[in-house]
Amino acid sequence: MIGKTSLFGPVNPARDAGYDDPPARKGFFTDTSICIGCKACEVACKEWNEVPDNGFDMLGMSYDNTGSLNANSWRHVAFVEQPARPTAPPVDLGMPTLLHDGVADDGQQTTVAGEDRPDFRWLMSSDVCKHCTHAACLDVCPTGSLFRTEFGTVVVQDDICNGCGYCVPACPYGVIERRERPEAAKNVGIAQKCTLCYDRLGAGMTPACAQACPTQSIQFGDVDELRERAKQRVEALQAGGVTDARLYGADPEDGVGGAGAFFLLLDEPEVYGLPPDPVVTTRDLPHMYQRAVVAAGALLLGAVLSFLERRS
Amino acid sequence: MAEAHPVGFQWVMEAKLRGAKIIHVDPRFTRTSALAHTFVPLRAGTDIAFLGGIINYVLQNELDFREYVVAYTNAASIVSDEYTDPDELDGLFSGFDPETRTYSPESWQYAQQEHEGDTRQDMHEQRETSSAQQFGSHGASVSSALRDDTLQDPNCVYQILKRHFSRYTPEMVEQVCGVSPEAFREVCEAWTQNSGRERTTALCYSVGWTQHSVGAQYIRTAAILQLLLGNIGRTGGGIMALRGHASIQGSTDIPTLFDLLPGYLPMPSASKHPDFQTYVDSIRKPGAKGFWDNSKAYTVNLLKAYWGEKATAENDFCFDYMPKLTGDHGTYRTVLDMIDGKVKGYFLFGQNPAVGSAHGRAQRLGMANLDWLVVRDLVEIESASFWRNSPEIATGEIVPEECRTEVFLFPAASHVEKEGTFTQTQRMLQWREKALDPKGDCRSELWFLYHLGRLLRERLAGSARERDRPLLDLVWDYVPPEHQHEPWGEPSAEKVLMEINGYEIATGRPLSSFTEMKEDGSTLGGCWIYTGVFKDGVNQAARRKPASEQSWVAPEWGWAWPANRRTLYNRASADPDGKPWSERKAYVWWDEAAGEWTGHDVPDFEKTKPPSYRAPDGARGVAALAGDDAFIMNGDGKGALYVPQGLIDGPLPTHYEPVESPFRNALYAQQGNPTRKDYPRPDNPINPSFPDEAEQVAVFPYVFTTSRLTEHHTSGAMSRYLEYLSELQPEMFVEVSPALAQERGLEHMGWCHVITSRSAVEGRVLVTERLIPLRVEGRVVHQVWLPYHWGAGGMVTGDSANDLFGITLDPNVLIQESKVGTCDVRPGRRPTGPALREYIAGYLQRAGLDTGRRTPILTTGTAGSHTDGREADEGAQP
Amino acid sequence: MDLSKTFLSWPVLRQFSGNDPLGRGTAARSGQTERITARTETADRVARSVCPYCAVGCGQRVYVKDEKVVQIEGDPDSPISRGRLCPKGAASKNLVTGPMRESKVRYRRPFGTEWEDLDLETAMNMVADRVLKVRDETWQDEDESGNKVRRTMGIAGLGGATLDNEENYLIKKLWTAMGAVQIENQARI
Repeated sequence: MIGKTSLFGPVNPARDAGYDDPPARKGFFTDTSICIGCKACEVACKEWNEVPDNGFDMLGMSYDNTGSLNANSWRHVAFVEQPARPTAPPVDLGMPTLLHDGVADDGQQTTVAGEDRPDFRWLMSSDVCKHCTHAACLDVCPTGSLFRTEFGTVVVQDDICNGCGYCVPACPYGVIERRERPEAAKNVGIAQKCTLCYDRLGAGMTPACAQACPTQSIQFGDVDELRERAKQRVEALQAGGVTDARLYGADPEDGVGGAGAFFLLLDEPEVYGLPPDPVVTTRDLPHMYQRAVVAAGALLLGAVLSFLERRS
Repeated sequence: MAEAHPVGFQWVMEAKLRGAKIIHVDPRFTRTSALAHTFVPLRAGTDIAFLGGIINYVLQNELDFREYVVAYTNAASIVSDEYTDPDELDGLFSGFDPETRTYSPESWQYAQQEHEGDTRQDMHEQRETSSAQQFGSHGASVSSALRDDTLQDPNCVYQILKRHFSRYTPEMVEQVCGVSPEAFREVCEAWTQNSGRERTTALCYSVGWTQHSVGAQYIRTAAILQLLLGNIGRTGGGIMALRGHASIQGSTDIPTLFDLLPGYLPMPSASKHPDFQTYVDSIRKPGAKGFWDNSKAYTVNLLKAYWGEKATAENDFCFDYMPKLTGDHGTYRTVLDMIDGKVKGYFLFGQNPAVGSAHGRAQRLGMANLDWLVVRDLVEIESASFWRNSPEIATGEIVPEECRTEVFLFPAASHVEKEGTFTQTQRMLQWREKALDPKGDCRSELWFLYHLGRLLRERLAGSARERDRPLLDLVWDYVPPEHQHEPWGEPSAEKVLMEINGYEIATGRPLSSFTEMKEDGSTLGGCWIYTGVFKDGVNQAARRKPASEQSWVAPEWGWAWPANRRTLYNRASADPDGKPWSERKAYVWWDEAAGEWTGHDVPDFEKTKPPSYRAPDGARGVAALAGDDAFIMNGDGKGALYVPQGLIDGPLPTHYEPVESPFRNALYAQQGNPTRKDYPRPDNPINPSFPDEAEQVAVFPYVFTTSRLTEHHTSGAMSRYLEYLSELQPEMFVEVSPALAQERGLEHMGWCHVITSRSAVEGRVLVTERLIPLRVEGRVVHQVWLPYHWGAGGMVTGDSANDLFGITLDPNVLIQESKVGTCDVRPGRRPTGPALREYIAGYLQRAGLDTGRRTPILTTGTAGSHTDGREADEGAQP
Repeated sequence: MDLSKTFLSWPVLRQFSGNDPLGRGTAARSGQTERITARTETADRVARSVCPYCAVGCGQRVYVKDEKVVQIEGDPDSPISRGRLCPKGAASKNLVTGPMRESKVRYRRPFGTEWEDLDLETAMNMVADRVLKVRDETWQDEDESGNKVRRTMGIAGLGGATLDNEENYLIKKLWTAMGAVQIENQARI
């Protein structure tokens, strides 16, 4: 079933979308093993794309006060505090991280450095739109606002989007969202998400987040080359004893045909708030589409006729 | 480093990718710890004990880089046999006077030089005037002494060091710092194994290190360790101070500091510098080695830059025009003088002491007692609006209708709306081009100061008063011809930079090096160490040759002082014969064929002086430096393991407890820094510590420390007023361990407040395992962490952590101890209104501070009578 | 009528006449999308600058269009920063163009409860008058021991670490000339 207009499987998405001789597909490889959680990506994205603030609420999720990707946050840095090897059942102190216990001299539960304390880990990871090979948001968009660029990325055209919101539940990662606030912001009511800085790509520039990233945790480039780099990096880490290192979204055979933005993680995807096995929600659409094609043809004929009539 | 200097941290991450081991030592687990191989938590305020332990490990196992140490440090120098170590004096050095709490440093000198140099009276004045800051750049101005290159003489520096640090054992480190022997050993081994001929280790610190009552000695301890291991002046080594403001280095070099003139020349003292010659001699110390011998030229050139043709050899170049110091005129003294009504007018240039300085309440009460305050900033910072939204409005201590301070808030130009240079943390000047004009009334500081000076001079024109001569005779002509027709024209920063660089007066030819500065008044230059920034008439700081098109040292990007050197003392990167210690670490070396020093960097040595050069008898200054005297600014040409002159609190670092500590000093009977600068006033209470009663100390049972978040900048003036940064860290919070949360009933994301004898501040509770209780002296100590970015203004507001600190200063540099204190933590919000002061009064009463009683500073049996009847050496270890 | 520009560019027709029968790529491109350019490309000028936050000294490029800053980003040529910025540096445009920046002189008179407006020249003259008044009121020729001090202890300043070297130079020079010794900055804090 994989072909030119396939909705799943490994394809060249730009060619698939009508670009005869597209440039190499562009994407992100986010190596979370060197992310320092500085959030430069979040800010650089907002500065370039003029994304409004997302409100001033402390969330208590470690240093994450962004919470999730949404219309006003196209990059989101997750912070996960965890003991690498829990030694005892967690104690509930109303906090989101796992705990383990020791016993202090006063009998209270506590943890004292150097006393059977497993290595603590603070994981950080910058999340972003995956720019799926098979993008359900794009497949369901009835207006043609969401489109595939020549770089293989998926972008909302805010001059087309009518705010219908079909794309929102279609995304298997919960990335795209309609902007609801602030009232004075541009594009309120319109679907919003990462464009992989489409305008910058056109000028041969690096997306704002990747350009800012101090440690090159966010790497931008040709997807093929990035996949190779990611493979080498994960092998190097594993060889160095980081056995938890794994890639996420880099496999063209996965449920979204491989993501244009993929990740090296140091734990299960769920730990970072990522779905473990995302599948393009429009995977079965072609079957339905075939059945609808006759009706669509009739409608098209009508449309052409009425148009020609009016023009002449 | 990842927290406060993320972009600098890219190099650490790159080193890690290439196989470097990263160790992070910090009271709490930060974003840096998350990326380090090893994280070592330690109790705040115990760094000297920790580093001293490593020094002990190096010395006991003789792991020092011996050839380097003998050749380039003062390890072999023989010290006077009158010197007595704190080992034998309960934590005091020889020469201590309990009355003034200062030392007479004669006994610290090199043998046969006991009676040269400073006296006790000098030390007292040096503490008052922060003179060590000037010495810090000068080094000791002593000449070389007797030596024992075998390092066996019991009075040689090496042996003194070995004895001094011998009690800093792994067990002691565990006791004092709460660091396990295993973790400690790992650090020792990593550091020593990665130092030597083939390898170097870098030490990076952020300047919280300076914010201790023993801050200068923290840095000293680092210097000793790095010198012993041969990590100074070499590529990949060094001690890197990660400073926190865009041009804080520049504002120290060209100082907006009371005790310094440009280029680390001292501000003259009323008593010590009655005339020009005395002043110059006090800097160059006739007979000493090194480049300070040319102090006269540096001073003459500065005075010529200030007073131009009015400054002549006949009138000592207007030396008398300069105001003189009579003691401590530092920022904290000034603030207390504001409270006392002695200071009438105050200017703030892009600084927000209402939030950013220690003891915020004192800062704000001081501002409320001025005649006038001028604030220059981008936004309405808390220091501009103290009269309407400071916490003291709520407590009733400041009543707007009764506050007489007149406030002018001038909007400032931003960094893109003016041109000029910043000096970054590695001494590199980078010129910024102006992108566009500022809007409305926004103006550069250059504009403001130039026109303020112009207005003052216009008003005084024709005055015959002697006091007005310095203003009227001042060279003050910075508006370029094209703007001179405008009454309020913008001055030229490049013209100012040219004056800083210096030029030949007759021809206007820019000087290319400070060695061209003349003593006869034929040249001028405003800051000798910056001479060369306009080399060949080219603004070298504006150079922007891409990194990819030049060597890895990148000498053609910007300009570093002095003389565009990127690594100081780089003569030490080669062995005494001038050959690289190893090919791997080759940096600067002697080219025998060419007869000159060469390498990747500008050699920090006279270009043609061979390694074999030995000075003839009687030589002085630069000529006295031997071919292997790598530390060319020091009076003996050697790196100072031991400092015979220039430090107020001793020639060697010694662990003292923080001024506020729940623990007894386990190393010595003397509890805290005996020479610290204190301000014993009712409005500056200090929490109890030994030898106060245990119940009083226990009123503030926890240790707290503060630092920055990546998402904010210092007092928040450049971050809390921006939506993109405010949203990332929107609220003041307090980090506590799960154990402390349980002990005090604190709920994650609920409210808590932190209390000291100065104030109480509230924030949301962040329960996190990144805060780790430590076992110290047999009991568990909880540490609390707060960011200090919040205040009453901006998009996100909150209490200021700096309100919690009192004012006690390092005696060498007069920087406050604001990285460690004791506190209480309670659930819920703090009281508001007048109830807040009543609440604090309750704590003062329970802590026994309500009577104005203060914790005795001297706690030895031998040196004071303030031991409160307790066993003076309790807890001291043999 | 130019058919190729109007009729044939109509999306529905492009969808079925081109290579993009599902209308997800070439056929869906809007006019705005076709015109999209990076605003760094259309800027009137670029200034080479340096980040104003910490002392690492990261290179910045400041893009100006119609006398407005339209973008500030890292300078890839910098050997210090290699084009990268932290969140604060990345927020520099927000710092420069943000809504909370003051652009008018604000004045609070003694015992006042509100800010008032004041024009810049008047404010400068008022400050100059006050400096000279306090200087005269607090002038000291000698200390208690008769040593010459030639100074005022009535005027103090704080700040410099965020300013340019040239500005620090003028502060120290002016302070010294008017006899004010109390000038300090963040380096003491």
